[in-house]
Amino acid sequence: MLPVPLSYYLVLAGILFTLGVFGVIIARNVIVTLMSVELMLNAANLLLVVFARVHGDLGGQVMVFFVLTVAAAEAAVGLSILVAIFRRKGSIDVDRLNILKG
Amino acid sequence: MNTLLWTLPLWPLVGFLLNGFFGRRWGKRTAGLVACASVFLSFAVSLFAFAAVRSADTGRLTVTLFDWIVTGNFHASVSFLLDPLSAVMILVVTGVSFLIHVYSLGYMGHDPDQPRYFSFLNLFVFFMLMLVLADNFLVMYIGWEGVGLCSYLLIGFWFRRLSAVRAGMKAFVVNRIGDFGFSLAIFLIFWHFNTVNFLEVFERAPSVAAAYSGTLTAIGLLLLLGATGKSAQIPLYVWLPDAMEGPTPVSALIHAATMVTAGVYMIARCSTLFALAPVTLLVVAIIGAATALFAASMALVQNDIKKVLAYSTISQLGYMFLALGVGAFAAGIFHLMTHAFFKALLFLGAGSVIHALSNEQDLRKMGGLKKSMPVTYWTFLIAALAIAGVPPLAGFVSKDEILWRSFSSPLGHWTFWLVGTITAALTAFYMFRLVFLAFHGESRVAHDVHPHESPASMAQPLIALAVLSVIGGWIGWPRTLGGGAWFEHFLRPVFEHADQTLALSAGEHSAGLEYGLMAVSIIVGLLGILLAYQWYIKSPERPERWKARFAGLYNLVLNKYWVDELYDTVIVRPIVGLGRVVYRGFDLAVIDGAANGIAGLMQSLAAGGVKTSTGRFRFGAATFAVGCAVALGWVLVTVMGAAR
Repeated sequence: MLPVPLSYYLVLAGILFTLGVFGVIIARNVIVTLMSVELMLNAANLLLVVFARVHGDLGGQVMVFFVLTVAAAEAAVGLSILVAIFRRKGSIDVDRLNILKG
Repeated sequence: MNTLLWTLPLWPLVGFLLNGFFGRRWGKRTAGLVACASVFLSFAVSLFAFAAVRSADTGRLTVTLFDWIVTGNFHASVSFLLDPLSAVMILVVTGVSFLIHVYSLGYMGHDPDQPRYFSFLNLFVFFMLMLVLADNFLVMYIGWEGVGLCSYLLIGFWFRRLSAVRAGMKAFVVNRIGDFGFSLAIFLIFWHFNTVNFLEVFERAPSVAAAYSGTLTAIGLLLLLGATGKSAQIPLYVWLPDAMEGPTPVSALIHAATMVTAGVYMIARCSTLFALAPVTLLVVAIIGAATALFAASMALVQNDIKKVLAYSTISQLGYMFLALGVGAFAAGIFHLMTHAFFKALLFLGAGSVIHALSNEQDLRKMGGLKKSMPVTYWTFLIAALAIAGVPPLAGFVSKDEILWRSFSSPLGHWTFWLVGTITAALTAFYMFRLVFLAFHGESRVAHDVHPHESPASMAQPLIALAVLSVIGGWIGWPRTLGGGAWFEHFLRPVFEHADQTLALSAGEHSAGLEYGLMAVSIIVGLLGILLAYQWYIKSPERPERWKARFAGLYNLVLNKYWVDELYDTVIVRPIVGLGRVVYRGFDLAVIDGAANGIAGLMQSLAAGGVKTSTGRFRFGAATFAVGCAVALGWVLVTVMGAAR
C-alpha cells in the first residue's frame, strides 16, 4: 500500500528526533536549540502523516496542522525571549544563562 | 442573702479589672477611689453575710456559682461556704483591707504607678476572699495561689529596685515549696476521699482514718508544709523579712494582717483532719512555739523598723500555730483577728514614720518623733501595748487565751507555756525598744528632713485600727475575768468535730491557776517594757556595752542565725549546680543536640542535592532526555514483557 515500507519511515523519524534531542543538548547557540526543537516536532509530524495514511484516517493529518501552528507560535515566543535575553546579557550562549544555579 | 453573697469577692475583681484596664486613663485619684469603693462594697456585703450566718438555722450557708469539674463520680464546683469561721475571716479581710486601701491613698499619693498598685491590691482582696470563702480544696487552692501571685507582684512593685525584684522572687519560690505540699495533700485527699468538698471530706474522715491510719497523718503534714510556706513558719519563714521591700501598706495588709494568716485559717478549716491525726497537731504546736521564740529573738536586734515588725509577725504567727497545735483552734483564730488589727496598725504607723522621714527606715536615724507626729505616736503606742499583752487591750486577751490553753489543754505542755511566756517578754521588749528608739529620746533625724504628721487619709485608718486594737479583744473576754468568751462560743460549731475527736475537756484546772498564769504573763510583759525603758531611755549607752560584751551572740542574731546563708549553701547552690549540669549535659547536649543534628543532616543532604541544580541549560536538557529515555525504555520493557 505504501510506496516505501513503513519501517523506513519509522527509522527516519527516529533519526530526526534523535538528531533534534542531541541538537538541544549539544547546541550552545539558542537559535540552534530552537531549530532542533523544530526538528523533533517534525519527526513527530512525519509519523502522524504516515500513520494517517496507513490507517486511512485524516485525523492524523489534521493534527499535523495544529502542531505546525503551535510550532510557529512557539518559535515566535521563543525568538522574542531570545531577543530579550540578548538585550540583557549581550549573548545568546546558553552556557552563560546559568542564574538558576543552586 | 444567698444572691448577695456571691458578689462578695466580685467587687474587688471588678475594681481590679476597671483599674487594670482604665486606671492609667483615669489618673491616680479616680483609681484610688474606685479601689476603695470596691473594697468598701465587699465590707458592706460581709456585714450582711455575718448577720445571715448568725440567723441561719444550720449555722452555715453555701452558695454554688457553677459546676467547674464534672468527671465520672468526681465533682467540683465553684461554691462558697459561709460559716462562723469564714464569716470572721471575711470581716477581718475586708475591714482591714478597706482601712489600708484608704491609707494607701495618702501613702502612695506621690507614686505615678498608683493605678497598677490599686489594681493589684484589689486583686489580692479578691483572691483572699476566694481563699476564705471556698467550700472545697480546689477553690481554696485558687485563692491560695492567687494571693501568692499578688504578694509577689506587690513585693516587687518597685521593680526598678533590684533588691525588691529579688525579694519578690524569693517569696514566690519559697511559697512554691509550701504550695507543693498543699497540692500533694489535695491529691491525697482526692485519692482517698474521692471528693474535695470540705464538708464531705470531714464527714468521711473518721472512716478513712480507721481504714488507712497513715494517710491522714501524711495529709496533715503536707497541709502543714503548705501552711508553713504561706504563714512564714520554720522552716519556710525566710521570705517574709525580705518581703518588706514592698510598699508599707502592702506589708501591713498582705504580710501581716491577712495573707500570712492563710496557713492558720487553712489548718483551722481542716481541724477535723488534724484532730484525727494527733501527731500532726503536735508538730504544728512544736513548729509554732519554736518559730515564736526564734523569730522574737531576731526581732530584738534589727535596726530596720519594718524588719522588726516582720520578725514580730512571724513570731505572732507562731503563737497562732501553737494555739492550733494544742487544739485551741478558736483561740488561734481569735489571735489571728486581734493580730490583724494591731499588727496592721503597727505597720501603718511605721509607714507613717517612713513617709514623714522621706523613706528612712533605719531606727538609728529616728528618735524624738513623738512631738512632730502625735497621732502616729499615740496609735502606735496603743498597738505596741496591745501586742505586749497589756490588759485590757486586744492582744492581752487573745495571747493570754493561747498561753492558758497551751498549758491547760490535754495536748499542751508546760514547756509550750514557758516558751510562749518567754516570747511574750521578748515581744514586749523589742516592741518598746522600737517605740523608744523611734519616738522618744533625742532626734537623730537627718538635718534636711523635717518630720511632719501624715495627712488625714493616713491618720484616720490609724485611729480606726487603734480603736479596734483596744476593743477588738473584748468579744472574747475570758470567763474567769467575768466575760462571756463570746468569740469561742460563736466558732464552736466549726470546731465541734475536732473537739469531740480530741475529747478536750477544759474544766480540770482550777481558776486560781489560770489567774496565776495570767498574772505571770502580764508581769513578764511589763518587765519587758520596763527593761526596754531602762535600756533605751534611762541609759542609752547600755545596749552598746552589751553589744560589745556578747559580740559573738549579737552578730549571730543580727545576721539572722545565718539561716539564709545555710539555705543558700545547703539547698539553693546544689540545686542551681544540678540545674547547670542538667542544662549543659541534657538540654544543650541531648535536646538541642538532637534538633541541631537533624537540621545539620538535612543541610548536608541539601548541599549534595544542590549540586544537581547547575543552572546550565544543556545539562538540564540532557538529564531530561536521559530521564525520558529511561522512562520510555522501562515502559517498553514492561509492556513488551507483559505482551509476550
